[in-house]
Amino acid sequence: MADFETVHHDVLVIGAGGAGLRAAIAAAADGVSVGLVCKSLLGKAHTVMAEGGVAAALGNVDDRDSWKVHFADTMRGGQYVNNWRMAELHAQEAPARVRELEAWGALFDRTPDGRILQRNFGGHRYPRLAHVGDRTGLEMIRTLQDHGIHQGIDVHMEWTVLTLLTDGDRVAGALAYDRERGRFRLFAARAVVLATGGVGRAFRITSNSWEYTGDGQSLAYHAGAVLQDMEFVQFHPTGMVWPPSVRGILVTEGVRGEGGVLTNNQGRRFMFDDIPENYRAQTAADPDEGWRYTQGDKNARRPPELLTRDHVARSITREVREGRGSPHGGVYLDIAWIKERLPHAAEHIKKKLPSMYHQFKQLADIDITAEPMEVGPTTHYIMGGIRVDGDTQMTNLAGLFAAGECAAGLHGANRLGGNSLSDLLVFGQRAGAHAAQFARAHDEAAPDPRQADEAARIALEPFSRPSGEGPFQIQQALQGTMQELVGIVRRDDEMTEALSQIATLADRVARVAVDGNREYNPGWHTALDLGNLLTVSEAITRSAIERRESRGGHFRDDYPDKDPSFAQFNITVRKGADGHMELHHETIRPIPDALQQVIAEAG
Amino acid sequence: MTTPPTPGLSGVPSRAPASAPASSDSRTATFRVWRGDATGGAFHDYPTETSTGMVVLDAIHQIQADQANDLAVRWNCKAGKCGSCSAEINGKPRLMCMTRLSDLSLDAPVTVEPMRAFPLVKDLVTDLSWNYRVKKQITKFTPRPPDAPDGTWRIQQADVDRVQEFRKCIECYLCQDVCHVIREHHEQDTFIGPRFFVYAAALEMHPLDIADRIPALKREHGIGFCNITKCCTSVCPENITITDNAIIPLKERVVDEFYDPLGKLVKLFSRAHRG
Ligand SMILES: Cc1cc2nc3c(=O)[nH]c(=O)nc-3n(C[C@H](O)[C@H](O)[C@H](O)COP(=O)(O)OP(=O)(O)OC[C@H]3O[C@@H](n4cnc5c(N)ncnc54)[C@H](O)[C@@H]3O)c2cc1C
Ligand code: SF4
Ligand code: SF4
Ligand code: FES
Repeated sequence: MADFETVHHDVLVIGAGGAGLRAAIAAAADGVSVGLVCKSLLGKAHTVMAEGGVAAALGNVDDRDSWKVHFADTMRGGQYVNNWRMAELHAQEAPARVRELEAWGALFDRTPDGRILQRNFGGHRYPRLAHVGDRTGLEMIRTLQDHGIHQGIDVHMEWTVLTLLTDGDRVAGALAYDRERGRFRLFAARAVVLATGGVGRAFRITSNSWEYTGDGQSLAYHAGAVLQDMEFVQFHPTGMVWPPSVRGILVTEGVRGEGGVLTNNQGRRFMFDDIPENYRAQTAADPDEGWRYTQGDKNARRPPELLTRDHVARSITREVREGRGSPHGGVYLDIAWIKERLPHAAEHIKKKLPSMYHQFKQLADIDITAEPMEVGPTTHYIMGGIRVDGDTQMTNLAGLFAAGECAAGLHGANRLGGNSLSDLLVFGQRAGAHAAQFARAHDEAAPDPRQADEAARIALEPFSRPSGEGPFQIQQALQGTMQELVGIVRRDDEMTEALSQIATLADRVARVAVDGNREYNPGWHTALDLGNLLTVSEAITRSAIERRESRGGHFRDDYPDKDPSFAQFNITVRKGADGHMELHHETIRPIPDALQQVIAEAG
Repeated sequence: MTTPPTPGLSGVPSRAPASAPASSDSRTATFRVWRGDATGGAFHDYPTETSTGMVVLDAIHQIQADQANDLAVRWNCKAGKCGSCSAEINGKPRLMCMTRLSDLSLDAPVTVEPMRAFPLVKDLVTDLSWNYRVKKQITKFTPRPPDAPDGTWRIQQADVDRVQEFRKCIECYLCQDVCHVIREHHEQDTFIGPRFFVYAAALEMHPLDIADRIPALKREHGIGFCNITKCCTSVCPENITITDNAIIPLKERVVDEFYDPLGKLVKLFSRAHRG
């Protein structure tokens, strides 16, 4: 084996967003040695961008709320293909995890009697999202970071993991390179937690940063772990659409939660035109009732703008396709109208949505207190990911755990807003604690030296190709393929075409060449990300072809209806013995009667 | 955020209706970008196509994709939320993702260089590790015992609002970059800089915190070096009034605690009372 610098940790956590930080803190609390690796600097992970809030049934604003209602809401949002055990644990443990953040210094907005304030969000029956204006993610990641740095965790910033190393059917560590110098390092570990986030960079229009190249999903897949639900990608209904350079940047659902309405170019509130049957009883009958709901009237039902994201995104797509869109291919989102209802509306908006105000003012020259925004769907989140055990977060590979956006199960076919930040806390904690337990129960494994050598060799190949295509052009081509052919509205023929384009792109990736040297070289970094992007793109496309129905985030033009037979299983993806992707139907365990009862009661 | 637009392979999505006034004011502009590493470097001129709404980071990405694949730059959110893309643009410390080209004159080259107060890694990327070390030295959050039997606290919104300004900090370190105590006098060993005065203020004024960071601020953290030039305040992208709202009140507390024994007694008493 090449002489890699080797670092030993009992638990290696890959990813320093909310999930990774929470996992590292939990593992450290158990007294094992913990290493934390991340691609960016500490505190810059995606979690910092979350705006709206963290969902937890604290019941501070409406005491009818409870874990049971939260559980039922999560299952309904996920269209019942969720891992119900995860949905149960999540709803039960989120309140304690949020309170714990307060004990670590987080300061959420307050109720008049001094408790944590909660706001309305799509698909949540009661006001449930603890928040800090519209910068909740910053508050959360900073709290975890500032607490975490005092827990004896070794942080390795700007290191990118290239491959997981195994020892038989057990994980044994990872090989990584540092972005700054391009050196390799071997991290040997008894247990590994993946907390690497999502895949949004596989699409052209996305709210996600450069980091979201599906690394964790791809690393796990190639190490022999199983992926599931990869067809379920969330297109958030409201991304910015203009100017071009900001297309895709998120406009928080909080705008609608505070009373913002969606209109088409005829001034019509089109969301009232198509309310799905299973949400009709919970949806406002008219604009006035919707407004009262946003202002905290407990007897009012929510406006249709707060229906689940998949539905709102498709409604917007319909308006645009049928010629009722705004000038730049979106629809209007208007919060300024509330001045008809509220005195000092402009001040109110600036206070409740400060970063949205800032974002539009600075990037689009729009004053949201005076004029409507133009918005359209943007790739935002992946519900699918690494398949894990609901209690321990362990994958099928012994010692390998996954938590946060890169793991699958909690959200089923569609995630409710606010349920990700709570997911990170609940399952980050569980993954960290169980990884520590595993590490204490097992000796150090012996990483297979050939795997590290091979990964290092492949990583350096782009430098030795005298000429070849640049990595950025290939990345853009892949994003175009996924955006156009596997996007918000899908069809068999288009997705089959996408698969053949992905195959062609794989050949192009095999010929990619980079200039310069190994020191902080984004061309090289991007070239290395391409393999992961290809893996997750193929998994998404194959799973989406396989699900011949429409459910949650997955919409098929050729199968526009839900098919109950598809509610019986999750589609899983694993690497076959011949190196090709294999798909399976994994039967969903029946929901226990007690939980079934909870769903029935919550209505 | 979308992939940065590139000439030929336009970033304008093909689905955008033809009526969209795409890139109506497109023109070529020159970006004079610092290229180099710790051993030395120089400015390089890159002409590139610009269009409506572009920010400096878009231009840098476009240059990176088309002309200089290995141009090193940090970024994440592209919306002013993560504080990764700090640089000096035409000599001013700013976030590249929040600096619109329409706010700059494109008649002359736009200079883009790394933050000069920190050691250079490569091109626009600097070594920020000192900031991470400093933070660790500040006494961590230390809450009073919970107010309610269920382990929770009661806090009034007004008390939250008082520190929210400080908690908005995105750790872009632009204030550290501009502060002369760091940039010119290199007092990194004895001075924590404006970012960490903001951090200390957020903790000191936190409604639940009961630790005392004032002696350390005076002795180890060098608050006395700050001579209130307010340069830090003027560059903060989050508009935190660093000097007036964080540093000056901390300086006052230092005075109270060290030079005004009576004030100190009153403070001790009220602290004990709160705890
Ligand atoms: C704009 C925006 C707003 C959002 N708002 C909300 C909201 O209001 N409420 C809500 O619940 N959810 C929200 N979400 C979703 C939520 O923020 C994310 O799903 C969540 O933060 C993901 O956290 P994570 O810990 O799984 O991953 P991240 O926070 O993305 O962290 C991933 C980490 O993994 C590291 N990493 C990745 N690959 C590698 C590798 N190969 N080697 C080493 N390290 C690696 C990265 O560097 C990073 O540190 C929002 C998302 C966006 C984009
Ligand atoms: S006010 Fe103080 S901290 Fe801020 S730049 Fe001036 S000397 Fe530095
Ligand atoms: S105080 Fe302002 S300038 Fe300084 S690091 Fe924080 S956000 Fe940046
Ligand atoms: S990229 Fe996040 S602040 Fe500029």
